[in-house]
Formats: sequence, C-alpha cells, structure tokens
Amino acid sequence: MRRAGLRTVLFPILDGNPITVQILGICSALAVTTSLATSLTMSAALTFTAVAASFLISLMRNHIASSIRLIVQVTVIASLVIVVDQLLRAYAYGMSQRLSIFVGLIITNCLVLGRAEGFAMRNPPLAAALDGLGNGLGYSLILVVVGTIRELFGTGMLLGFSVLPTVEAGGWFQPLGLMLLAPSAFFIIGFLIWALRTWKPEQAEEPEFRLRTGDQRRRA
Amino acid sequence: MIELFQRALLEDNLALAFFLGMCTFLAVSNRFETALGVGVALAVVQTITVPANYLVQTFLLSEGAWTWAGLPEVDLSFLRFMVFIGVIAAVVQILEMVLYRYAPALYGALGIFLPLLTVQCAILGGSLFMVERRYDFAESVVYGLGSGLGWALAIVAFAAIRERLRYADIPAGLQGLGSAFIVAGLMSMGFSAFAGVRLP
Repeated sequence: MRRAGLRTVLFPILDGNPITVQILGICSALAVTTSLATSLTMSAALTFTAVAASFLISLMRNHIASSIRLIVQVTVIASLVIVVDQLLRAYAYGMSQRLSIFVGLIITNCLVLGRAEGFAMRNPPLAAALDGLGNGLGYSLILVVVGTIRELFGTGMLLGFSVLPTVEAGGWFQPLGLMLLAPSAFFIIGFLIWALRTWKPEQAEEPEFRLRTGDQRRRA
Repeated sequence: MIELFQRALLEDNLALAFFLGMCTFLAVSNRFETALGVGVALAVVQTITVPANYLVQTFLLSEGAWTWAGLPEVDLSFLRFMVFIGVIAAVVQILEMVLYRYAPALYGALGIFLPLLTVQCAILGGSLFMVERRYDFAESVVYGLGSGLGWALAIVAFAAIRERLRYADIPAGLQGLGSAFIVAGLMSMGFSAFAGVRLP
C-alpha cells in the first residue's frame, strides 16, 4: 500500500507530468511565471486546491449522480478557490494583486478538474489526495523551472535578490527584456518539452505522417 | 469604443497575450474546421456571458448592491467565482437548447463544442477581467465581442499553421506539443507587434 501510494505521488512528477504529458493546466503555467515568487505562490495555491478537491470529490464519489457530476465538481473546486483567494487577500494582498485573475482561474484549470474527473471519481479518498499531491507537485516543478529561468534572465534577480549583477547596477549582465514578455513563456515550455522528451523518448508523440525518405531509424 | 475593441481583438489577445484557454487552444487545433467551430462558439458565448456577468456583478454582488432591499452593508463579492461559473454554465445550456430548437444545422456544427466552454479559462477570464478593469455595460459588450473574436482569430490562424506543419520534418522530441508551443510563441510575438497600432 505504501509502495503504491509513493508511486501515485511520484509518477506525475516526471513520467506523467500534467503540463508536458497530459496537457493540463497550461494557461496559468504560462501566465504567472514572470517571477519565481509568483510561481511559488501559484504552485502552493494549486497544489492545495488539487489535494483538497481530489480528497473531497473522492469522498462524495458514490453519492454523485453522473449526469450532474461536472457541476458538483466545479462547485467543490470553486468553494476551495474562494477560500484560497480570501486567504491571499488577507495575508498577502500585494501578491494577490500581482496574480490578478489567475487565482480565480484555478477553477477552470483543467488540471484540478481533470484529476477529479479522471482519478478521484474512481479511487478512495487517500489515493485521490496523493494523486492530487503528485500532480500538484509535477505542475509546481514546471512552474518553478520556468519562473526561475524567466526571472533570472529577465531581471538578473531571484526572489528579489540580485544574482547576476546588471549593467545598470554596475555589473556586467544586460537583462533580456523578452524573457518578461508573453512569447518567451511559450518558447521556454516548448524547449522544456523537447528536452524532457529527448531524455525520455517514450513520451514523444508519433508523427501524423511519416516521411518517405530520410531517417526512419530514429523514429522506428 | 473602437480602441477598446481593437485592443481586445489584437493587442491584448486572450490566447496569445494572457494565455487563456490554452488547453482547448492546443487540444483542438489539429484540424482547421474544428478550430473554426470552437472559435465561433467561444466568440458567441463570450459576447453573451461578459455582459450577463456585468449585470450580475453590478446588481447582485458588488458592495451596496442590496441597498434597495434595505441591506446596504451586504457585500457578496466573495461569491463572484462561483456565481460567474453558474452564469456561464446556464448561458451555455440555454444557448445549446435554443440552437437545438431553432437552428439545428448550426447546432450540428457547434453543438459538441458548447459544453466544453463551461470550464474554459478564456470565458471565465474575460468576465474576471471585466470586473478588474471596471468596464461599464456598453464596454463589457464590446469587450466580450472583441476578446471572443480575438481568441477565434488566434485559434484559426494557429490551426492553419499546424495543418501545414504536419508535413514538416520535425525532431522526434519536438513532435506535436513541443512544436505547437514554439509556433504559439512566434504567433504571440507577431501579435505583440500590434501594440502600437491605433485606428484613427
């Protein structure tokens, strides 16, 4: 049992990562990663919501009629997100302003709903909570990596501390403004997926059309 | 008004500048026709839900909205997320039934995409932006239409590019999702070039 539980947590972190493999929860992964601090806050908020939502929905799974299950799931998730949002407003107002509408968008984050629908509806509460935790951590991993790259090369700082001394402050590093803009988020995640799939080739997708000539051996 | 429309359509494009609706954006952009169907459905729903949520926000949720009932201190804005989701679900359901009754051909084309839109970040995001930026009623109509069309424009263009890309020789690890992200990044750069454009 303990073995299986550990596997449920660890599997989504690298092998079944919600962002790079399951294509879930991408909106917020791109939008909040301009700095490491926002990435960490978002990761914590999402992991909490995923764990709690999976646990609660799994508790109720035998009492939900299948025709209304989506509404029930969304209501549970929305209630949890309201709690998270109110907590952030109360204790970290500046951060909640920086995250803007993206805390609210955890409701429609396909990750939470996808795991609730795909896993929690068929598994006991503890396993569902562990699955939520694993997926939350897998999501957090990508967010932290992207957030680190974007803040480090976009401003030369990490969490507000200067790591690469910028030219303006008398150092040598010229900040890359593009890193803070929207396109770089797409590029970084694109390249991250490339790197991950080169490392673990079994995750790569089959091409829709094979080329007649050229290197077949690589794809065979 | 025209400026707001144009900003919502191009410069502040929901998909490419705010990354909203990305899951659908990546998942259904394999075929051009499907992308067109989803895009049109989203634009229609967005045009209805943003003004509808404006009315709900102003007359039910905002601080002092219950003054007429003798309850001036009631502030229900913490219920916003849940009520908005409810409104969106209701609008989608009603639209589905109306289309089914009066325009079966259109229902056949758009029907399967409508339920998807209930839990779509672009729709909820549009309504939340409307609250955050304090639009009035007319502005919320224009914003709903502009942002919906902008999203449709982005996904249709994206799907067209991906259809052509299918015949390209892409490295194995970049196949599918990876290349889709990079194409979206390039498109996002293209759209950010609209930033300075102002219509007379």
